[in-house]
Amino acid sequence: MRPFRYHRPADVAEAVAVLGAEPQAAYLAGGTNLVDLMKLGVQRPDVLVDVNRLPLDTVQELPDGGLRIGATVRNSDLAAHPVVRRDYPVLARALLAAASGQLRNLATTGGNLLQRTRCVYFQDTGKACNKRDPGSGCAALHGQNRDLAVLDWSEQCVATHPSDLAVALAALDAVVEVHDTDGARDVPLAALHRSPGTQPERETTLARGALITAVRLPALPAARRSAYLKVRDRASFAFAAGSVAAVLDLDGEVVRDVRLAYGAVAHRPWRAYRAEEELRGRPFSPELAAAAADAELAEARPLRHNGFKLPLTRAITVRVLTELAARAAS
Amino acid sequence: MQGGPETEITTDERHSSRVAFDVNDAPREMTLDNRTTLLDALREHLGLIGAKKGCDHGQCGSCTVLLDGRRVKSCLVLAVTLDGRSVITVEGLAGPDELSPLQAAFIAQDAFQCGYCTPGQLCSARGMLDEVDRGWPSAVTDDLGAPPDLTDAEIRERMAGNLCRCAAYPHIVAAVRETAATR
Repeated sequence: MRPFRYHRPADVAEAVAVLGAEPQAAYLAGGTNLVDLMKLGVQRPDVLVDVNRLPLDTVQELPDGGLRIGATVRNSDLAAHPVVRRDYPVLARALLAAASGQLRNLATTGGNLLQRTRCVYFQDTGKACNKRDPGSGCAALHGQNRDLAVLDWSEQCVATHPSDLAVALAALDAVVEVHDTDGARDVPLAALHRSPGTQPERETTLARGALITAVRLPALPAARRSAYLKVRDRASFAFAAGSVAAVLDLDGEVVRDVRLAYGAVAHRPWRAYRAEEELRGRPFSPELAAAAADAELAEARPLRHNGFKLPLTRAITVRVLTELAARAAS
Repeated sequence: MQGGPETEITTDERHSSRVAFDVNDAPREMTLDNRTTLLDALREHLGLIGAKKGCDHGQCGSCTVLLDGRRVKSCLVLAVTLDGRSVITVEGLAGPDELSPLQAAFIAQDAFQCGYCTPGQLCSARGMLDEVDRGWPSAVTDDLGAPPDLTDAEIRERMAGNLCRCAAYPHIVAAVRETAATR
């Protein structure tokens, strides 16, 4: 690991100022991803700015019924929060499906959104990777790419975003509060992560040195009937082979509203707007859910080893929506 | 001390920090290279070799300790971040000549073979039982609104962050179940 200086800022403004002044600085939150990548030599900051003691660790209920989640709220605390469990079960379920108890006690809300891909070529400094080393090539494109993207990838990068939390937040239309040297602003979660394109080293739309300070959830009464379904290679403590976050609001049998987002298919959490369009206003059936998933995946381009993700994503779409519809009927 | 590629020697004093935190209820203070993980601080600087270095990447759980009462993987925590905080290791789960009920249950249930993962299993189970007492749900909890019922499936899911390559899992589950039942 490269030697680094350590800085504990007094407030958000100081944290942002230090990052602005130090080109190789990085924020340290839970550290579950960053410290590992530093050991691997993938990330090589020369200053760590520790944001863990900034007052960003509370969950507040908003007057309009929404929720404001501080950026350093730990994954375990958020999953156990009574309002999350009652009003946004999809969020609690996504958090509980991720990592392990020990990691959830460290990992933060903001850090989770900014975690790096688990593409093994990115994590191996001996391999070509445009994300880690721009211009070096992509060893994954024609390598072992079973775990990688089927949608929206480029010749430069086929990585997926590994977060479960981000998939649930995409379905919930969350808004990310960000501070940078220009001040505070809101970024819709759907606009936070980028497609890889020709610059896979740029993973978000945030300016360098921007700090996520909170995530806001809008009030969404329909989210009381929501679910997260994750499929993985073993029963627990593994990244998704496929995942879906779903909110379903039925009027009788007719889909009044639906929110769908997929994990493990693209460089960013994948909000399935096209599938939602297919479902909205129609009487729900498993066949309709399958057709909606097919519409969403029509432009998918599976790689050599990951064609299974298409039928898998279709199947979990049908299963999660059918279960939510059955709950509505009972 | 520092694993992985590119372990550079540094003499720049800005790369080290004075840090003070409690370990097993005793105040400890030391100057550490900022790169030092909590696991290395415990093992290499404080002589507490109960927490084990298995994978050193947060995947195996053998380095699990309690940080301010919560279970964490000490290989992913930088010691420099810990000023004023409190760490309990396997050495601090009971007095020097005592066994905690959990440790006694591990012996009674034959919950280990080689023992390498056991300190991590014990600290993890200790933290996990407190999480259950606080009513935290898990991925296999059916009703997010009800207090969790600590079934074997719940124990297995909640202990998924601790690997045992001897595969003593059935006995570990039994030891945790026994401890939970007699509390």
